[in-house]
Amino acid sequence: MRLIAKVGEWFDARLQIAAPIREAVEHPVPKNTASWWYVFGSAALVVFALQFVTGILLALVYVPSAGEAWSSLQALNHDVSLGWFIRALHGWGSNFMVAIVLIHMMQVFLFGAYKFPRELTWIVGVLLLLMTLGMAFTGQVLRFDQDAYWGLGIGASIASRVPVIGDAVVKLMLGGPIIAGATLSRFFTLHVFVVPGLLIGFVCLHLLMVLKLGINEWPMPGRIVRRATYVGEYHELTKRDGAPFLPYAAWKDAFFAAGVLLAVSACAMYFGPFGPTGQPDPTIIQTVPKPDYFFLWLYAVLSLLPPSMETPALLVGPVVIIIALLLLPFLSGEGEKSWRRRPIAVMTVLLLAVALSTFTRLAEVAPWSPHMNAWSGDAIPQQMLAGTTALERQGALVFQAKQCRNCHALGASGGERGPALDGVAVRLTQDQLIRQVIQGGGNMPAYGKNLNPAETTALVAFLQRLHPPGQAPARDASRGLVIDDGADRRPGGGR
Amino acid sequence: MSNDATISRRGLFLKIGFLFNGVVATALAVPIVQYVASSISRSRANGYLSWVSLGRINDFPEGETRLATFRNPYVMPTDGKTADTACWVRRIEGEQFQVFAVNCAHLGCPVRWFPQSGLFMCPCHGGAYYRDGSRASGPPERGLFEYPIKIQNGEITIHAGELPTPGQTASVEPRKPPCA
Repeated sequence: MRLIAKVGEWFDARLQIAAPIREAVEHPVPKNTASWWYVFGSAALVVFALQFVTGILLALVYVPSAGEAWSSLQALNHDVSLGWFIRALHGWGSNFMVAIVLIHMMQVFLFGAYKFPRELTWIVGVLLLLMTLGMAFTGQVLRFDQDAYWGLGIGASIASRVPVIGDAVVKLMLGGPIIAGATLSRFFTLHVFVVPGLLIGFVCLHLLMVLKLGINEWPMPGRIVRRATYVGEYHELTKRDGAPFLPYAAWKDAFFAAGVLLAVSACAMYFGPFGPTGQPDPTIIQTVPKPDYFFLWLYAVLSLLPPSMETPALLVGPVVIIIALLLLPFLSGEGEKSWRRRPIAVMTVLLLAVALSTFTRLAEVAPWSPHMNAWSGDAIPQQMLAGTTALERQGALVFQAKQCRNCHALGASGGERGPALDGVAVRLTQDQLIRQVIQGGGNMPAYGKNLNPAETTALVAFLQRLHPPGQAPARDASRGLVIDDGADRRPGGGR
Repeated sequence: MSNDATISRRGLFLKIGFLFNGVVATALAVPIVQYVASSISRSRANGYLSWVSLGRINDFPEGETRLATFRNPYVMPTDGKTADTACWVRRIEGEQFQVFAVNCAHLGCPVRWFPQSGLFMCPCHGGAYYRDGSRASGPPERGLFEYPIKIQNGEITIHAGELPTPGQTASVEPRKPPCA
C-alpha cells in the first residue's frame, strides 16, 4: 500500500490534480439533495461511457461501406466471438440512454432546476438531449438494413420539403443523388466523430456548471427564487444544512448507475442485439419499414396529421419545440420551484407523457398501415358464409381478390386502415354501399374502374349480409314510395 | 487614432499574427466548403441524371404493370447493392408507357402494385394510388413520381439518377391534378 501511495504522490507532484479533484467531489451539497431523484444525471453519464467503450469495440469489426456494412454486422452477430453481445450492449445502451436522459430532463423540469442561476445548464442540457437523439438516429442508420435504408428515404423526404433549399439539403444529407455509399459514410462520420465529440465537450460544460453553481436544492413550496437573493440563500443553505457530495450523496449515484449497467447487460444477454433486418437492397420492396422505438411516436404523428398540416408541422414543429425549450429558463427564471405550486408544469409533463406513449402505442399497432398480405392470408370467417347464396359467395371472393381485406377487417382479422365491416349492412343501405365501392371517398379509393357491374353486384350482395343476428340491415325507407311494389328491380337487387 | 503608446511592438505583432491566421483560414475555407458541398454543386454542373435502359419493350406485356430494376447511372465504388433501383413499369398499349418510382410521394416508402384491385399501396402510412399513378387515398398530396421515358430501338429508357422526394421534381414530372 505504501508503494501505491508513493507512486501516487510522484504523479501528483507533477500533475497537481489531486487537490482540485478532492475539492470538487467533496464540495458541500444541501443534505436533502441526497435523494434517489437526483441519480439520473450521473446514470446518463455512465451509460454514455458504456456507449463510448462498446462503440469503439464495434468499430474494430464494423465496415462503414454500403456494400459491406450489412455483412460485417452479420459477422459480428454470428462469427466474431461475443460480437452479438457487444452489439446488444450498444443497442440496449442507446435505448436506456435516451430514456434516462428524458427522465433526467423531466425531473430537472419538475424540480425547477432550470431557474436562475442555472439557465445555461438547462440550455446545454437541451443541446445534449438533441445530440442524444441525433446519436440514436445516426446509430439506426449504421445498422445498415432495410429499416435504415427506407428510414433514410423518409428523412430525405422530410428534408426535401424545406422551401427553396430542400433539394440541396437532401443532396448534402445523402452525399449524392441517392441513398448509397456516401450516405453511410457521412452518417458514420456523424455518429463516430462529430456528435460524440460535441457530446463530450457539452457534457464537460454541463458538469462544470453543476459543480460551480451547485446542485439544485430540494424545492420547498413557498421558497421563492429571486435573482437578488438566491445565490446567498443557496450558500447559506449548504453551510447550514450541507454535507460533502462524496460520500453523503454519491453512494446513491453509484448504486443506481451499477443497477442501470446491470439492467442494460441483462437486456443485452436476454433479448440479444437489434437486427440487422433484411439486406439494404432497394430492389427488395417487400418490406414494411418502421423506425426504432424512440421515433415511433413521430411515425404515428406523420400518419395521423391531415395532409395539409404535415409540411408545416414537420418543418415548424421541431423549431418551435426547441425554441420553447431554450427559452424556458428566461420565461420563468424566477419564482416557485416546487411542483406542488406549479400545476401547469405538472400538467405539461403529464400531457407530454400521455401523448408520447399513446402515439408510441399506436405506432406499434399502426392501424393506418394496410395489411399487405391480409387479402391472401386471412380467410373469411366461416359463419359469415354459412347459408349464403352463390352470388354472395362470389361477392366474398371479390372482397378477398380485390384486396378489400388489406384495409377492412372481418372477424377481427385484416387491415384497420378502413372501418371493420362486420356490421356494415346496418350502417349503409344497398345504394350507399354501391356508391361507396364505386366512387370511394372518406379516404377510400374508388373501385369503379376495377370492378365490372357483375363484381360490384356480387360484392354488395355479400356486404349486405354483414349484420349482427337480430339486427336488421339498413334500408332506404323511401324506396317503397318510389318503386311501386317496393321490390328492387336492378340486377342483384330484390332480396 | 490615438497616439497613446498603449500598443507595444509585440502586441501589434500578435494582432497581425491573428489577422494573418484569419486570412489563411478564410482562404482554406473556400476549398473546404467546396468539398463539403460537392454533392450539391455537382447536381447543378454535370447533373446526376442520364438515360437508363430498362430492357426490351416486349419484356413488358401490354396492359400490365411490372417491377423493373436498373443500376443508378451515378455510382461510387462502395455503393454495393444500394445503387440498384426499382421502378414500376406500366405498359398501357403499344409504345405507350408510364414508369413510376417505387417511392411513395408521401415519405418515400416502397409502394407495391396489386393488379387485382389496380392499386399501388404503401405499407408505411397507407397511401394508395390508381394504376395511372394518380393519388387514390391516404396522406400523399400528389400522385406517384413519374420518370420521363424514351423508346429507342425497341428498348425503354428512362431519365433517372436521383432519389425522388416530395419537395423536388427535378427528375420526375409531377402528375397533373385530377381535373375538377
